[in-house]
Amino acid sequence: MEQDHKQIELETVLKKVDDPELPSVSVVDLGMVHEVKTDNQHVSITMIPTFAGCPALDIIEKNVKEAIEQVDWVESCDVTFSFRHKWSTNAITAEGKKQLKKHGVAPPPESYQPGEEWSVDCPYCGSLYTSMENVFGPTACRSILYCRSCRNPFEAMKPVIDYSVV
Amino acid sequence: MTNIESADQAKQDSSYREVLTELLYQLADDDFIVSFRGSEWLGLAPHIEEDVSFSSITQNTMGHAVLYYQLLEELGEGEADVLAHERPPEKRRNAIYLEKQNGDGSYLDEPYYDWALTVIRQYLYETFKKVKLEALTKSSYVPLADAAQKVLMEQTYHLAHWKTWVRQLQDSTEEAKTRLQSRLKEAWGEFLDVLELGPKANDMEKHQLIVAESVLQKKWLEEIKETLAVIPAEPLQKNKGSGRNTEHTQDLTQALVTLSEVYDQDKNAVW
Ligand SMILES: [Zn+2]
Repeated sequence: MEQDHKQIELETVLKKVDDPELPSVSVVDLGMVHEVKTDNQHVSITMIPTFAGCPALDIIEKNVKEAIEQVDWVESCDVTFSFRHKWSTNAITAEGKKQLKKHGVAPPPESYQPGEEWSVDCPYCGSLYTSMENVFGPTACRSILYCRSCRNPFEAMKPVIDYSVV
Repeated sequence: MTNIESADQAKQDSSYREVLTELLYQLADDDFIVSFRGSEWLGLAPHIEEDVSFSSITQNTMGHAVLYYQLLEELGEGEADVLAHERPPEKRRNAIYLEKQNGDGSYLDEPYYDWALTVIRQYLYETFKKVKLEALTKSSYVPLADAAQKVLMEQTYHLAHWKTWVRQLQDSTEEAKTRLQSRLKEAWGEFLDVLELGPKANDMEKHQLIVAESVLQKKWLEEIKETLAVIPAEPLQKNKGSGRNTEHTQDLTQALVTLSEVYDQDKNAVW
């Protein structure tokens, strides 16, 4: 019971740690938190990195550690990134998708075949009438699109999925 | 052969560890130098959207090199940053074709870079990288298989990008076709080095770290035939030597000097 309470408390804290490049979208809602373990006053968190070259990973690690160490019963916290589990854009939660849209970033498309073209609806007006401007955006995880209905440029989370090699 | 789950386990078999580190150096050094040559196009790419795309690809590719250097660090080869910055050319395992300068001039002085060289090089390299990664997802060294799967998921975008460039240019003007063909011919004389796994190739296969060179090469050839309009008739060669065997040109020295200029000024700086 005590343990469950602690776990919920930690999860609540983690839901407030945002991606530095996507304010209001938490690392939990991005699907980056794999496991939270407690051993008395010590907390170990295993996270799943988004893109390999993402320069924000170090900042995220630091922010998570600091936030957890703010909890009064926590003495220390270590954060490790694991490649054993693959991050995919399918891991983004419904709340994460909602927050992304608020931020003007379209969630990744629901169906995507690696290497194929894809499209998403406009996060502002919901129109399907959008075009890809550049699959590579300001960060590795985002693409740049344009809405032909409301004439706004916008970004989208680039779909990344795990696919098995036959 | 059973899978090797961790660096600690790999270290218990010195022959396995030696062959594994050799393979990791090749993977790391290839991505590292390709990424550097890509970064030299910053601000010079044919148009602004390409500048955004290419720099994103380059940054991501450097991230892939970092993953491999970190695997080497875990195996006791030294710190990843040191491995990337401080190893002299005679310790590098990247293929020679990948270190070739982008063209005449230098980044700061009259950079007469050749886009045809870049398109051909990036396309041939990314295609082979995909073939290699697919084989590595089944590697006996589990941390490498995991990293390969991760890189593969991201790299699919890089390959698609260069495939588009090849398709568009080879369907465009006579000048574009001629330039591509002449760079392809040049690549044909050197690319065999990229396609090789070096002096320990047989042991890599024996330890099931990766499949045989011949299997990789055949698959690569099949893939590029689907995109390239014309394939040179001559056999593939490595007429500049073997980078896998730590042979290199002056171009690698130039790259390493430039790359490490800032790093050498303050090795303990935190970015
Ligand atoms: Zn719109």
